Amino acid sequence: MTTVPQSSPSRRQAARITVNSGLVIFVALYAVIAFLQPNYLEPGLFMNFLRRAAPLVILSCGQLYVILTGGFDLSMGAVATLVVLAASILINGDPETTWAVIGALYAMGIAVGLVNGLVVAFLKVPSIIATLGTMLLVNGLALAWSGGAARGDLPDNFRNLGRLVWRNVPVIGTLPLAALVLTGFVALAWFGLNATVYGKRALAVGDNPRAAELAGTPVAATRILAFVVSAVSAATAGILLGGFSGVSVNAGEGLELQAIAACVIGGAQLLGGRGSVWSAVFGALSLFALFTLLNLLGLPQALRDSIQGLILIAAVGASMWGNRRRT
Amino acid sequence: MTTDRMKPKPGLPVAVLLAGLSIGFFVVVALATGETAQLSGQGIAGLLQRMVALGLVAIGQTFVILVGSIDLSVAALISAVAVLASHVMQGDPAMLLPAVLLCLGLCAAVGFVNGALVAYGGINPLIATLGTGLVIQGVLAASFGALQGSVAREFQIIAYGGVLGVPYSLLLLAALSLAAAFVLDRTLFGARIYAVGGNPDGARLAGIRTERVILSAHMVASFFAGAAGLYLAARLQSGTPWIGRDGIYDLESIAVTVIGGTILAGGKGGVAGTLAGVLLFASLDAGFNMLGIDAFLKQVLRGAIVIAAVAVHAVRTKGHVA
Repeated sequence: MTTVPQSSPSRRQAARITVNSGLVIFVALYAVIAFLQPNYLEPGLFMNFLRRAAPLVILSCGQLYVILTGGFDLSMGAVATLVVLAASILINGDPETTWAVIGALYAMGIAVGLVNGLVVAFLKVPSIIATLGTMLLVNGLALAWSGGAARGDLPDNFRNLGRLVWRNVPVIGTLPLAALVLTGFVALAWFGLNATVYGKRALAVGDNPRAAELAGTPVAATRILAFVVSAVSAATAGILLGGFSGVSVNAGEGLELQAIAACVIGGAQLLGGRGSVWSAVFGALSLFALFTLLNLLGLPQALRDSIQGLILIAAVGASMWGNRRRT
Repeated sequence: MTTDRMKPKPGLPVAVLLAGLSIGFFVVVALATGETAQLSGQGIAGLLQRMVALGLVAIGQTFVILVGSIDLSVAALISAVAVLASHVMQGDPAMLLPAVLLCLGLCAAVGFVNGALVAYGGINPLIATLGTGLVIQGVLAASFGALQGSVAREFQIIAYGGVLGVPYSLLLLAALSLAAAFVLDRTLFGARIYAVGGNPDGARLAGIRTERVILSAHMVASFFAGAAGLYLAARLQSGTPWIGRDGIYDLESIAVTVIGGTILAGGKGGVAGTLAGVLLFASLDAGFNMLGIDAFLKQVLRGAIVIAAVAVHAVRTKGHVA
């Protein structure tokens, strides 16, 4: 699937050839969508699908970094909410300040990621508890700052990041800016894991932190960086969300669990040691295709939760079954 | 080597310390704000009553965490039980027993499914119970979106009645806590829970059927969540599909259990610490109310305290945690 020069020889290569389970699920789900609604095969609607899926895919890539190192990040949804609310309050309709504010938003995200990482790495608080704490904390801060209701205003140049679509592009017809952001972010995430030493370190730390430490891996730094990447992805997703769904106090609600679910559906292993960027990307696209499909079928919103739960259990069950057969 | 691990005693100092801190905080805030009425028998009973719902869930959560698993479906199950109880009872005292039995049946089924997925299916407990929780929540919201029915007046005695100024709900919590502590400390099942949580492979080699122990622990957790659901239905007169989720009982029960010194990897901890963690949350809530801290700031402080409380004893951990 990838053309990066592999440092480790043949046996690794054999494992790489196995098709990503998330890709299979995504293709199957999208085929059903296209069967029900043939115009989803047109590039325009596919681009629109990508645009709407962009925040979840980006969040999943960030979450994947943390999952690879063996942790969880439950604070992503709260960070996305904070970013949306902070953007509208800080910019308050003034297009001049947009770029400066986006810088400030990323600074906030990085700060939260650093706190998560430092707490996990040095205070030894399990990440599920540490990020639960920052989730409560960040959500509380966002609500206290905004007074519990959406206020302020987002100017067009900020919202365009999420909703601008270029028309009359050759070959594909339309090109949403969010799809470009998505591609860029995935490329960066892929680069970080596959083209730098970081990817190997993350896998080593997630697989066996003690062994990784003895082998000279900077375990704490690897962990902290993973949480920072995760928080940066949450900030990016928040900016896109603010763009196309506007300001609301529950903009990011539940996204952290969706991102974890996406990684797992794509074949990443919880508690670390296995997974690739493609797990996150195709897992997230599968999950979003599922939402789209259930929407097309006209199922009530509530039942979608149920089906998401069943798919989640089935996907993990299937990968467990596959692993057992292999070993 | 494992005999050390099997002793639940190390949890006790954490429990005493936490309880002392919580009570100290409560008393100081009550005196400082001049709300001395809070320190009367009634005020204390009120404080303790704040513990009931979270306390019940957290005791169940302690069982699953001790065995090295986790249960994220409790919040949805609480809602399901509360809705089912009020839906079946429809205010009719004659239906009280059938409703309660039906709820317990539901708990048994959910606990069994969770346990089977984790123990026999080998599915990561976080994902398995997140999945079952989503399934329950979805079905519940789709079929009981509007308020329907209410519990019988007689049933509400659980939440509002009492003897000698002690609410029944507190007696219930006390009785179930003691029972849980007894089971963990003094019975074979308890010993097996610590053994399986502390070292699953060792336990299996010692002839313990680890799958059954994990399954049973999940069923215990579901029954305790059901008890919390019934209590909430009694207190609010009728259940809604969101009371569990709005109370964040899933994540908070995990937080108080870990604050109380039970380690997430399993095999170490106990009910006393968990109850002390619940007491900490209850007195913080009560104290923040007396101080008139606004709801959002309260959430910020709560988040910081969760991290700090776990960090206090986690920081001495050797090696790495994820």
